[in-house]
Amino acid sequence: MENLIEINNLTFSRSGRIIYDDISLQIKKGKTTAIMGPSGIGKTTMLRLMGGQLVPDKGDIKFKGESVPGMRRNRLYEVRRQMSMLFQSGALFTDMTVFDNIAFPLREHTKLPESIIHTLVLLKLQAVGLRGAADLMPAELSGGMARRVALARAIALDPELIMYDEPFGGQDPISMGVLVKLIKALNDALQLTSVVVTHDVTEVLTIADYIYILAEQRVIGSGTPEQIKNSDSPLVQQFLQGQADGPVPFHYPASSTAQAFLGNES
Amino acid sequence: MKFFINLGANTLNRLEMFGRATFMLFGAIIAKPQPLKMIPLTIKQIHIVGVQSLLIIVISGLFIGMVMALQGYTILVDYGAEGSLGPMVALSLLRELGPVVTALLFAGRAGSALTAEIGLMKATEQLSSLEMMAVDPLRRVIAPRLWAGIISMPMLALIFSAVGILGGHLVGVDWLGVDSGSYWSIMQSTVDWNKDVVNGIIKTIVFAFVITWIATFKGYDSIPTSEGISKATTETVVFSSLAVLGLDFILTALMFGIE
Repeated sequence: MENLIEINNLTFSRSGRIIYDDISLQIKKGKTTAIMGPSGIGKTTMLRLMGGQLVPDKGDIKFKGESVPGMRRNRLYEVRRQMSMLFQSGALFTDMTVFDNIAFPLREHTKLPESIIHTLVLLKLQAVGLRGAADLMPAELSGGMARRVALARAIALDPELIMYDEPFGGQDPISMGVLVKLIKALNDALQLTSVVVTHDVTEVLTIADYIYILAEQRVIGSGTPEQIKNSDSPLVQQFLQGQADGPVPFHYPASSTAQAFLGNES
Repeated sequence: MKFFINLGANTLNRLEMFGRATFMLFGAIIAKPQPLKMIPLTIKQIHIVGVQSLLIIVISGLFIGMVMALQGYTILVDYGAEGSLGPMVALSLLRELGPVVTALLFAGRAGSALTAEIGLMKATEQLSSLEMMAVDPLRRVIAPRLWAGIISMPMLALIFSAVGILGGHLVGVDWLGVDSGSYWSIMQSTVDWNKDVVNGIIKTIVFAFVITWIATFKGYDSIPTSEGISKATTETVVFSSLAVLGLDFILTALMFGIE
């Protein structure tokens, strides 16, 4: 199976803090790969690295065999037309209607006549079930609807790769179900390659073909959903079952309680 | 010792910030222009930063002209020179008050709005998502706003001066009884096109450039949190007001100081 993205020995640090230490992972073409891990370990950073918005300290990121950090600016912008990203907040343009938001990438990058754009936009909206909301402003949408509109915008140019940044975060069970169904259906219908960054365990186990679990600056487990469920790593099990204490400690590093309560902390 | 460490760190930070601001400016203005896309976006921004600032500019201009005439009249009348009220009002407005007060109002009204808007676009990941859609936010978001500021502010300053002169006429001629003929004719013979009007316009173009540059950069460079944006907005108003006042002295010295 061909790899769409290959990350080799990547090291990345920000403001003196190491986020990734020498990690490698592969995103297979046409598959849904999930990257999971506790909050605050820089899962979004991984997507930004793949999209060329951040540059690694060491190591390489290859998109279709071409190094992303090594691309010149113009080439990077060309390559980005084949990728798209669904942001956590949706990142809809607040000064445009839903229709114009989805038409935006089409108007920017194609010379299609307005009548075809109209048809395309309505088709994309129909796919996410929001054709009726075309004339609303983003502020009038609920969180789940905004994310569906953002999804329609992300697929507007028929990209090869979609990166989902926490697509299920903060959603009620119904919108969550809708999003899971949509992501799955879109992947199958459009034969997309997807990277899903999330910490929602149950949802991901149903849609992912392959899973990487990140923690402590490295990959602590990887495999198909079956393999991950049966993993004997205590760290992976703690994450899957949501145990409060374990290899990832409940307490933020601190001095011993005796010292703290007796007041001679320093 | 600590003082010197802080001084050095601060200087380096400032220089680094200036470098980032220059990169932004180059990316927005120098990079390959796309006039077909730029012009409609710029016109929209001219409406927002220019047309929507008209009311505050007109009202301020009117009152400043009225106050100038009132103050000027009480002084000039002692010497029987109230006929010179026209040129006094016109010259003060065209050379100084028009450009400077318009710039200060513009920084408060439009500059702060630009910073807040761009900062919020950054906070809500709209700038990031433009980048990921292979649309350069510098060209799409920053450039039209820069051009709109540079185009609209000189016009606002001229409107300010014109309304101010009319306000001076209202108070001086209609209320205090200065002769209307001398108000206009002495003004006409005293005000020089190149020296007064053109120099005033040059000043406003410089101010407009500096204000919109600071405003767009502060928004683009802001820390995308509510505190970060509020700090950036404050800095826009403070920095651009100080820059305008400082530059005004330098420009005035260059234009009128050396005869």
